[in-house]
Order: sequence, then C-alpha cells, then structure tokens
Amino acid sequence: MTASSKASTVAGGVRLSLAAALLVVAILLHASRDPWPVLRQVHAQELLHVRSPQVLGRMVLEFDAVAADLYWIRAIQHYGGERLKPSGAPRGYERLYPLLDMTTSLDPYFSIAYRFGAIFLSEPYPGGPGRPDLAITLLKKGIAAQPARWQYHHDIGFVHYWALKDPQGAAAWFRQAATIPGAPNWLLPVAAALLTETGDRTAARHLWRQIQEADEEWLRKRAERALLELDALDEIDRMKERSR
Amino acid sequence: MRVIRHVAVNVFRESVRDRVPYTLLLFAVLLIAASRVLAQLTAGQDVKIVKDLGLAAIATFGLFIAVFLGVGLVSKEVERRSIYAILAKPVSRAQFIAGKYAGLVLTLFVNVMVMTGALYLVLAWLMATATPAERASWDAPAMDPEMLGAILMIFIELMLVTAIALFFSAFTSPLLSAACTFGLYVIGHFTGELRDFDALTDSRAVGWLTRGLYHLLPDFSAFDVKLQVVHGIHVPAGYLATTAAYGFAYVAALILGGTYIFTRRDLK
Repeated sequence: MTASSKASTVAGGVRLSLAAALLVVAILLHASRDPWPVLRQVHAQELLHVRSPQVLGRMVLEFDAVAADLYWIRAIQHYGGERLKPSGAPRGYERLYPLLDMTTSLDPYFSIAYRFGAIFLSEPYPGGPGRPDLAITLLKKGIAAQPARWQYHHDIGFVHYWALKDPQGAAAWFRQAATIPGAPNWLLPVAAALLTETGDRTAARHLWRQIQEADEEWLRKRAERALLELDALDEIDRMKERSR
Repeated sequence: MRVIRHVAVNVFRESVRDRVPYTLLLFAVLLIAASRVLAQLTAGQDVKIVKDLGLAAIATFGLFIAVFLGVGLVSKEVERRSIYAILAKPVSRAQFIAGKYAGLVLTLFVNVMVMTGALYLVLAWLMATATPAERASWDAPAMDPEMLGAILMIFIELMLVTAIALFFSAFTSPLLSAACTFGLYVIGHFTGELRDFDALTDSRAVGWLTRGLYHLLPDFSAFDVKLQVVHGIHVPAGYLATTAAYGFAYVAALILGGTYIFTRRDLK
C-alpha cells in the first residue's frame, strides 16, 4: 500500500467516524426535545390532518387499502390508549368515529372495522365513548357497502339490545338479518324470544309460527314449546283477569 | 427479433448493474418485519394488512423502477453518445426502442415475480401459524390464487408506465420525462372525474373536451383491483381480459408513437 492510498484510507475512516458521531448527536438532540410538553400538545391536536374521506381517497391514488389499514391501526391505538388510561383520568374518544369513518370510506369492505368499531363506539363511558347512535351509523354504512352481509344487521340488533336497552328494536334487526341468504337459522328464534321478553306476544306468536315451518327438527320443537309457553302466559293472564 | 432480444438483454444486465435487485431485498425485509409487527397491532387483521402492504409495495417499487429507469433509456444513450455506436451496427431506431422497452419490461417482470414469491411465502407462514378460528375469520384464504389477477393488473399497469416513460424519453430530457410520466400517472387515477365533468358545466364544448380527455388519457384506476381481491370479491375474468387488452393497445400505441418521433429525431 502506498503512502497516498494509506492517507486516503485514514481520511475515509475519519469521515465515516465523524458522520456516525454527528448522527448520534442528531438522535440525542431529537430525543432531548421529546419531554417538552408544548410540543406534545401541538402534536396531539394535529393528529387528524385530513378529515375528509373523499379528499384522502383522492390523495392516496391506488393505495387506498394501505391507507385504510393505517387508519384502522390508528383507531385501535386511539381507543386502546384512551381506555387504558389510569382510572379517574379523563378519557376523550372524540377521534374514534372520524378514524373509523375514514377507514371504512377508504376500504368499504373492511368488515372488522365496522363490527369492532361498532363495539368500541357503543361501549359506555369510561370504557368507550358511549355512542350507540354512531355505532349504528357506522354499521348502516357497512350495510350500504355490502347489503348481503347479515352480520351488520345482527350487530345493529346487538347494539339495540345491549347499549340502547331496546329489545323490540333488536328483534326487528334480528328478523331483518334472518331474511338475508346465508344467515344462520338461530336468528329468528332469538328475535322471537326477544319479542316474548318485551311482552309483544302477538308478534312473538307470529314469528314462532314461521319458525314452526323450518326444515330443522330442533327448531320446530323449539317453536312448539315456545308457542305452548305463550299459550300458558295468555291463560295465566285470563285467570288473573277472572280472579279480579 | 434477434436484434431486439440483444438490446433487451443488455438493458436487463444494465439494470442489474444499477443494483435494481436490491429493491427485492428491501421488499422482503419490509414484508417479514411488517408481518411480525402487525399481528400485535391490528386486532387479527394481519393477513389482510400483509396482502395490502405486499400488493402496494409491488406497485410502488415497480413504479419507481419503471419511471427512473424508463426515462433514461434513450436519453442516457444520447447523452453518452453511445447511441452512435449502436445505430452504426445493423440496428434500426425502431428495433432500438422496442429492445429498450422489452428489456425494462423483462426487468420489471423478474422483480414482480420475485416479490410475488416473497409475498406468498410470508402468507404461507402466516397461514401455517394461524389457528382454525383465525382462518375462519379471514375474508379470503391467505394463499388465495385470485391475488395473481391483481398482480397481473399491476404488471400491465407498470408496462404502461414504462411505455409512457419511454415515449417521453424519446424526445425530452430525463427530468422532464420523469415529471411528465408521474403527472400522467397521477392524472390517470382521476379520469373518472373527467367523465362526469359534463354534469357540472353548461358548455357542451367543455363537456365534449373533458369526455374526450377521459377516453384519451390512460385510465390507471382501471388496473386497480387490489381491494376486491384482498376481500375475496371475485373479479370477473372478462373484466381482467378487457383491461389487459386496453393496456396492451395503449402500450403498443405509445411504443409506435415513440418510435415515430425517435426515427425523425436529429441526433447530431
């Protein structure tokens, strides 16, 4: 090795070490600005830079599915981050619906985003934002995108039953879900049982009679038993009436 | 045909010398890393997200290769003056253009094939490690062969981008070619807006103009069936065949146009 090539190797090594040292300095400086609270607040406020799904859909060109995935991850992190805050700390879920709306606008077939999103939204505060209305809006958006998915109708029924305490509304959605081809056969009995629970025996009887026509024997037997129960309830009522 | 093949093989070798295959390594690392990390973040949607990411990465890496190599295909030879040595041999300008195009398409084909292989390997691994309950929740099987339809559409889209880049490269500088190619690529995703523009204007002339532009400009959105394929929504073979034929016709028109301009270009 000649003296000049040795010198150039040494100079190269010095440059490389200097570059590495400067990179470390840059990383340390970047890390040192993290604890400044003012910067953290600004970052949090600017979390949703684009609020229009239509605009974002055009901005991402053909990469709408990847953009939807990113918004879905952000929705999960936002929900999880707020939910796991220490008890007593205020929780704000205000970005949850916009994030889910963005996700499902970019990818209208993202069924988990509709279904899990509705569960998150309908969860009462502090476990969630307590917005069953938004959960239903999200699921109705899913129905508009994929009308053949009985699961969205079923999930709206679920929100009506658990979050809105409205078994009549739940029964109506379960009945609607049951009419969609491919829906499981237990949906009608659930709807009928809910109607019995609400005291709407006429509607319940009508539904159980429909179930009595089913091909499956277990369903027919279940319907016969339910109809007998309804008859018994009517008889009890009549007896109460007579004894007054 | 032999001449075109020679030029094409040389373009392919040059792309290997330009370290294009490094993108494949980056792709593989990206996918493997993503599949490890995403399982923790996505509430059981890792297969969907790996598919989305894989298809988007094939399209993106391919786009950059097509544009940045495509715009230099002709202009680099002119700048280096190596074009005189090539054209002094029994190589016509049309054969030169066709060979350059075929070489870059070959490079893209090898890249897309290797990336597809890597994507299917990662998906096979995810399928092997998934529980039956997890598999039942997927919209489409992890190793869904329908994904190949989306990859074919991406490849034809890249062929079209390459043809546009080569067309501009035949008569402008690399920088301008790159700008024009990217511009057409972006506009090509908004042609649907042009189709419906006549509903927004009272002027019939403007309506005709926008409708004409809608048919004239390359419609890149037609090649995008990624979303449907990932969700297991069947894309009819007729649609794929018509779109592929549209892409090939457009590519042929651009290559012929580029050849026409290049044969008349004064290279002194």
